[in-house]
Amino acid sequence: MSDSATEAGSLPRTGLTPRQRRNFGVGVQYAILVLIVVVAAVALDWQRFQEVFFNPSTFKFLFPDLITIGLVNTMIYTCSGYVIGFFLGLLIAVMRLSAVRLNRWFAHGYIELFRGLPALLVFMLLGYGLPVVLGPDRQLPFPPYGTVAIALGLVSAAYMAETFRAGIQAVPKGQVEAARSLGMSATRAMVTVVLPQAIRIVIPPLTNELIMLFKDSSLVFAVGLTAGTAELAKIGNDLATEHANSTPIVLAGLSYLVITLPLGFLVRRLEARQAKAR
Amino acid sequence: MTEPVEEAEAAVLLDRPMVSIKGLHKSFGDLEVLRGIDVDVRPGEVVCVIGPSGSGKSTLLRCVNLLEQPTAGEIRVAGDLLTHRDADLDRARRHIGMVFQQFNLFPHLSVLDNVTIAQRRVLKLGRAEAEETARGLLASVGVGDKAGEYPARLSGGQQQRVAIARALAMKPKLMLFDEPTSALDPELVGDVLNVMRDLARTGMTMMVVTHEMAFAREVADRVIFMDGGVIVEEGTPGQVIGDPRHERTRAFLRRVLHPIED
Ligand SMILES: Nc1ncnc2c1ncn2[C@@H]1O[C@H](COP(=O)(O)OP(=O)(O)O)[C@@H](O)[C@H]1O
Ligand SMILES: [Mg+2]
Repeated sequence: MSDSATEAGSLPRTGLTPRQRRNFGVGVQYAILVLIVVVAAVALDWQRFQEVFFNPSTFKFLFPDLITIGLVNTMIYTCSGYVIGFFLGLLIAVMRLSAVRLNRWFAHGYIELFRGLPALLVFMLLGYGLPVVLGPDRQLPFPPYGTVAIALGLVSAAYMAETFRAGIQAVPKGQVEAARSLGMSATRAMVTVVLPQAIRIVIPPLTNELIMLFKDSSLVFAVGLTAGTAELAKIGNDLATEHANSTPIVLAGLSYLVITLPLGFLVRRLEARQAKAR
Repeated sequence: MTEPVEEAEAAVLLDRPMVSIKGLHKSFGDLEVLRGIDVDVRPGEVVCVIGPSGSGKSTLLRCVNLLEQPTAGEIRVAGDLLTHRDADLDRARRHIGMVFQQFNLFPHLSVLDNVTIAQRRVLKLGRAEAEETARGLLASVGVGDKAGEYPARLSGGQQQRVAIARALAMKPKLMLFDEPTSALDPELVGDVLNVMRDLARTGMTMMVVTHEMAFAREVADRVIFMDGGVIVEEGTPGQVIGDPRHERTRAFLRRVLHPIED
């Protein structure tokens, strides 16, 4: 570094200019990559890999169940969990910023608890615990959809609450003052002036949260799912076990990507637009 | 619903002050910002508050509508004791308009909705009635053609005039202005001051924190000079700006009127 700076214009000792040295570095990196690919192509058993992970003969028992049951259930679980998480998260964020200490404590405890626990464990506890506390004669509506929606909602609410809190705090203090000086109550100012602006600010991270939830929905098998209510990951895994072939898991994975990749693209677009507006 | 209005009218009839501030103290932690302020503002009077930065002018104004909770002292507006612990501040603030240095328009609402939102959500008026009032006010402050725009598309001077219209939509008995032209490009100041001058002529009671000495001289009935959290000097504009008695007032006016020479 200092060589090229001090000797700029003259040839350094190595006989290479800084540009030549840079090109040499790039060349070495390409060479290493090509080597890895060649070794992988020659040394690994691709024939067998294709048979196990992408075997067209399995398609006939994969479709349409993987889509009509798996993808559809994944969407239902994710969307219902997201709606619950959205409103619960909003409520907890507002409680987190409340003037009432008990509200703040509760919200704080909730967020720490559900962010600190593995989602899988929460789903297991709900799967075993809910039937116990509800009693033998009662259950949440549309079993197991009600339970799954609550499970995903409870977990995602903790993350969304922190996102909403950041958004609320990003709204300038003058907005609340203007609202209050027009005679709005604190609650009215929050609902009419602060939250609409806060939600706009956090649309990109909220979309990210939707992506996370899509993937987390693969854990809800832990609350106990039947064949008709299985989501992508469970169907993929069940079919893979049944037919001793991993192709269903690969196709389940591709189905996730069909949803998550466009959403990720959308997030980057939204973020770019907000960066430009600032 | 009609109670504050009747109170305000009673205040006019009895020539009770519209604003009565007694023994006002305000501290932020250890910092005592207001150190005993007594001011009465008569109905229809225009009072300009001047003074150096940090002297407590904004805090005084923000105590009048209880955006800041006074540490000690009494605030009465239109007869209501706002510093009473059972005072209904949300109701009281309906008829105390406030205009901020940074405008504080609601950026997610159109200009028209900025002016109708409190009418509809606070006064519970219908959309048609609120919009009629709003359009009239927007026209009267010279931004009638901007009703459909969003605040970000307006110049600072236009935004501040919308902010004035927004406050007036609540039919206030008192208007508080905190350096309404300080954030504006110089060529836009005149439009806002013209609107304020017109408002003063309609008989509106106004408290105006400002550095615009020409405006204070012309429009104010009374000028208050504050420094260090107390009122140093008050009187007619001619007295306080034209012939100040206190050295601190003279020093301040020299700096404001001849900034280059300093
Ligand atoms: N919310 C607050 N917290 C702490 N200090 C404050 C607050 N608001 C104002 N102050 C302080 O009070 C003093 C007076 O402020 P202010 O009333 O804004 O003065 P002015 O409007 O005359 O410039 C300043 O020293 C300011 O830093
Ligand atoms: Mg100020």
